[in-house]
Amino acid sequence: MNYEFDWGGIVPALPYLAQGMQTTLILVVVGMTLGISLGCVLAILRIFAPKPIAKLAAGYVNFFRSMPLILTIFWMFFLMPIVLRAITGNPYLSVGAMYSAIVALVLAESAYYCEIIRAGINSVRSGQMAAGKAIGMTTLQCLRWVVLPQALKNMTPALINQSIGLLKDTSLVYVISLNDFLGAAGQMGLRNGQLVEFYLFSAAVYLVICSAGVALVNHLQKKNKQAF
Amino acid sequence: MNYSWDWSVFFKPAVTGEGLYGVLLFDGVLWTLSLSLLSWCLALVLGTLTGIARVSDNPLMRWSSAVYVHCFRNTPLLVQLFLWYFVLPELLPVQWGDYIKQMNPTWNQFLSVVLCLTLYTTAGVAEQVRTGLESIAGGQANAAKAIGLGVWGTHRFVLLPQAFRIVLPSLTSDFMNVFKNSAAALAIGLMELTGQSRQISEFSGHPFESFIAATLIYMTITYLVVVFMRRLEHKMSVPGQMTAGVAH
Amino acid sequence: MIEVKDVTKHYGSFQVLSNCSTVIERGEVVVICGPSGSGKSTLIKTLNGLERITSGDIVVEGVSLTHKKTDFAKLRSRIGMVFQSFELFPHLSVIENLTLGQMRVLKRSKQESIERGVGYLQKVGLAAHRDKYPGQLSGGQQQRVAIARALTMDPVAMLFDEPTSALDPEMVGEVLDVMVKLADDGMTMVCVTHEMGFARKVSDRVIFMDQGRIIEDCTTEGFFGDVQNRSPRAQEFLAQILTH
Repeated sequence: MNYEFDWGGIVPALPYLAQGMQTTLILVVVGMTLGISLGCVLAILRIFAPKPIAKLAAGYVNFFRSMPLILTIFWMFFLMPIVLRAITGNPYLSVGAMYSAIVALVLAESAYYCEIIRAGINSVRSGQMAAGKAIGMTTLQCLRWVVLPQALKNMTPALINQSIGLLKDTSLVYVISLNDFLGAAGQMGLRNGQLVEFYLFSAAVYLVICSAGVALVNHLQKKNKQAF
Repeated sequence: MNYSWDWSVFFKPAVTGEGLYGVLLFDGVLWTLSLSLLSWCLALVLGTLTGIARVSDNPLMRWSSAVYVHCFRNTPLLVQLFLWYFVLPELLPVQWGDYIKQMNPTWNQFLSVVLCLTLYTTAGVAEQVRTGLESIAGGQANAAKAIGLGVWGTHRFVLLPQAFRIVLPSLTSDFMNVFKNSAAALAIGLMELTGQSRQISEFSGHPFESFIAATLIYMTITYLVVVFMRRLEHKMSVPGQMTAGVAH
Repeated sequence: MIEVKDVTKHYGSFQVLSNCSTVIERGEVVVICGPSGSGKSTLIKTLNGLERITSGDIVVEGVSLTHKKTDFAKLRSRIGMVFQSFELFPHLSVIENLTLGQMRVLKRSKQESIERGVGYLQKVGLAAHRDKYPGQLSGGQQQRVAIARALTMDPVAMLFDEPTSALDPEMVGEVLDVMVKLADDGMTMVCVTHEMGFARKVSDRVIFMDQGRIIEDCTTEGFFGDVQNRSPRAQEFLAQILTH
């Protein structure tokens, strides 16, 4: 190997990299909260709504799960502005990479979250729903007070796993030139001629963050074994 | 909407002179299929071996395969691709590095993507195989040994057949993911299906048609994968056997 | 006050209940018994609408369950149900199990709900366990809490679906004692049970079911005392049960 490593460029670049990380974290947090919320709605529709609506929800889930995330990002980046311009009648409306990325991530991830939540709800004993109804609660009340609290506890490890996946997926916004952590690392690497060091560094950072997430999941799964 | 739909755009020649848009799209499909299928087949073999290592009695095998799986599952696919494509040639001995840099760029890209996708998918398959092996009762291995089977025979005739039947449903989503992950190739310039659809949308000025076409093709591919795996499941099913799988 | 009129229920092509009819008066204690698969659990679950019926009608205190506008949630708040698997809410403490329905369905204040809850806990003998979680209680204790939970809704009738079948034998007694007390207090009760001793002691009527039909519907003395006039199937059943 004839390559001379020069790690000196990394520390001065940290502020710029931090900005990229900020973008990544925003994408993850917004993606998680909106994705889980939308996923919850979809899961409840799939389980409890009348057949036509349940089928629509199922179709949504299958649609976003059969496309690469990159394609979804392109859809939102290239096509969403066209549609929005037509709807609002404003020909100069621009959406920008950040919002397209957020919409793409939320829509795609909500499909995966929906399946996790659906499995979680189904894992709660059916007797619990019956018991809740037997004291006069409506289906929605049963969900809110009896089923979902238990389901959420059961599905937290899977939700966190999916969110780790979301963190990794955010790196794909590279394809629309949005400056997340990976994008920032690449830019700095190119500028300094230190692509090797910067890419290795970014890989290490992602690995550390994801490892922390995995450790959290393992810890929760151990704790859960003692619960119901 | 102020958009002029033109589905015949796929029969029009590209402004870059490379051929009809439809042909370009088809080229993209071919790249996607070859990248994905090649990587999947390699990953099945390597993943099975790694999965076996994960549950082996040898602590070194267990530990090194665990580290491998952990690292390759916890870094983004795109980062791994960049490492193989940009970083590896620099770290290899000078002669190898030069050879790679002088290679036909398309081959360089293709091999990088196959290498990356294979190793990434191997880690996922390894976890599935591990789950399958772990859910088989310990007595099975003992019974196999008792009739004189060695390690390889035990795995080939007793353990793996059971393990695969157990995790076949979850392997389906890994298989689907390979096709979806292949889209990352566009980031290093290999124009597979997604990359081609974006190029076509820019050159032809008809983004909706090209992206819709790509979406439909991916949906067809994933549908075929599901059908294929279900048939396989059905063919391989044994009466009274349960299935399990790694949660995704 | 509960009228069952010619009720039939299918699960797909399988007929679970066939032309069941009976009337349960206020203050009556009715036991439903029969072999496994006779449809007794299904029948009792139709009484509060947890299972829907294919044809026929059920009228509870003047409210028809087959009427399109029936508010099932409201109906179920007036009838209590106790399940074979207790079904306490494991993520809530005992007292929270008792106040959930009161606060969310009956819209009582937290203070009042807790007071009433504790009162019923005392009635079933478990006031000291109010802050424990279901996982910390024995089966018999959980079932008694489940009975208290149903009582906090001030029901006009109580349905019991094999309340002691999942309990270890030592704990069956403590639950039956609570049920006997309830009967003595004049509660209208419908119980699916295998406990024939309890049936003889407490119930006013016995309904015997087999293969989805009501075969016998008579007074307790008639069922146990006047055996030779009962149908052959019922005699068979009694012979098997009573030899134990």
